[in-house]
Amino acid sequence: MRATLSLSHDIDHVILDGVNDAAKRGVYSLQEFFVLAGKALGFIFVKPFYAADMFQQMDVIGVGSLGIVLLTGFFTGMVLALQASVTLSTLGMTELVGKLVAGSMVRELGPVLAGLMVAGRVGSGIAAQLGSMRVTEQIDALNTLGTDPIKKLVTPRVLASLIMLPLLTVINDFVGIVGGNVIATFYLDQPAATYWRTVWEQMLSGGFTARYIPNDFVQGLTKPFVFGGIISLVACYHGLKTSGGTEGVGLATTRTVVTASILILVTDYFLTQILLALF
Amino acid sequence: MADEDDRRKPAERRTPSPKDETAMPRRARDSGRVRAAIRSELEEVAEDAADNAPKKVRASAPNVISLENISLAFDEPILENVSFAAKEGETVVVVGESGTGKSTILKLILRLLVPEQGRVAIDGEDITHLTFDDALKVRQKMGMVFQGAALFDSMTVYENVAYPLREHTTLTEEQIIARVQEKLEFVDLEPDKVMDQLPSELSGGMKKRVGIARGLANNPEIMLYDEPTSGLDPLTTATITYLIIKLQRELKVTSVVVSHDIRSAFRMASKIALLSNKRVGFFGTPEEMTGSDDPYIREFLGGF
Repeated sequence: MRATLSLSHDIDHVILDGVNDAAKRGVYSLQEFFVLAGKALGFIFVKPFYAADMFQQMDVIGVGSLGIVLLTGFFTGMVLALQASVTLSTLGMTELVGKLVAGSMVRELGPVLAGLMVAGRVGSGIAAQLGSMRVTEQIDALNTLGTDPIKKLVTPRVLASLIMLPLLTVINDFVGIVGGNVIATFYLDQPAATYWRTVWEQMLSGGFTARYIPNDFVQGLTKPFVFGGIISLVACYHGLKTSGGTEGVGLATTRTVVTASILILVTDYFLTQILLALF
Repeated sequence: MADEDDRRKPAERRTPSPKDETAMPRRARDSGRVRAAIRSELEEVAEDAADNAPKKVRASAPNVISLENISLAFDEPILENVSFAAKEGETVVVVGESGTGKSTILKLILRLLVPEQGRVAIDGEDITHLTFDDALKVRQKMGMVFQGAALFDSMTVYENVAYPLREHTTLTEEQIIARVQEKLEFVDLEPDKVMDQLPSELSGGMKKRVGIARGLANNPEIMLYDEPTSGLDPLTTATITYLIIKLQRELKVTSVVVSHDIRSAFRMASKIALLSNKRVGFFGTPEEMTGSDDPYIREFLGGF
């Protein structure tokens, strides 16, 4: 009897230790992540500033992602209009399709889809590049040559993402609304003027911040700004933490895309709640 | 007694001598031209080595690098109570079996890692408690050559070698070009040919040389090498070894070389530190090492 008791006690111990270790690792990773984020953002204001690296990253992140963002936006706008038209036609209110497409694109789908596409394309790229640099000792080489790798590699990427993701989102929104226009015109026989008037009405219906800025824009641009930070920081974090050769690089890439995508979707919910409460 | 003598013999045969240099793998002998090239290269290295190494350094010369009672553990202990020092102009070669923490020693000297116990001093200054920024400054005194060269693969050879100059000096572009050319010539590369090439277009030996040129760019007083000859063919190994000796002779830098290539180690070392079982099992000149009766040292030398 005593033996059985002590055995179950041991098993409890093992499980508890396991949970304890996992919790410790989780907290430690979180701490490391926030230290990296703090440093990366703090270095924006500390010389030397690697401007050339930042512009190069803006090109890679922004211009490089333009194609997929255009495609995603256009087709999402079209499918939104198509689906909405089915519901709206039963109510006899198909003229509201512009309002629906614009509202969904600007406030929700534009930022989230641009974020997810960039997380897949750019996040994985950053993680793979920094991961390869880690395993081929190039990160150590930077350190050895007296350069802070966070300053040289992470800060330019974070800044470039913070700038480019809102821009990509604006493009995504616009192309989406144009996609909706195509469906409205060719499928619902709605004049373009009517479509764009309802789009504009939607923009203005949410109220204004600082008298002139529509609240929809505030919401639609705050989100991609936050998502840009999430994508670049998660990618840099996993990239710099890579270990275990080429296999590690693959793992870092996968982790980046999964973590960044989930974080974008979860953050989106809470951000929406906060923004709706504020504006 | 007789047994002991027998055991010493194979080890003694391994001590470097010009004759020994011709003992090449059989396959290399197949091609007459290759053989001749390798032989002449090795003979040249041997002559150079005979002229210079082991380099005698004044006993009173100051310690440029000193490790004092270093202990370090990650999940399990890696180094325990490790101490050795390199005087000005000396080349200390750290040898040992794989996985004994040899490369860790270089990371400690660079302060990429901080020991749990003991201290690392550069020019007499304790670097173990430096802030991150101060550590970056101390690293500017050092040039490091990585095992895989670790060239930045998004930059050309020129940009790689110019990198430390751009980061830490106020040299003009013309001065930087002149310095890069000088360093590339020092490592026997033709600047005009290689400067605009990307690291991916270079052979392993050339990458190593560019790595050495980059380490040298800022005229460091300390050079650190991580396995400089691993993964290279015998001819390239000989030229890289020759280069390290040339650097020691002409630039008088203090060097720490981590290597498992005992043959090159003997050629370039002023002192050898043998790592075994997480500790420095032996620290002394190559002659002292070959003359040692310690069974582990004999076994280690016999293995090569």
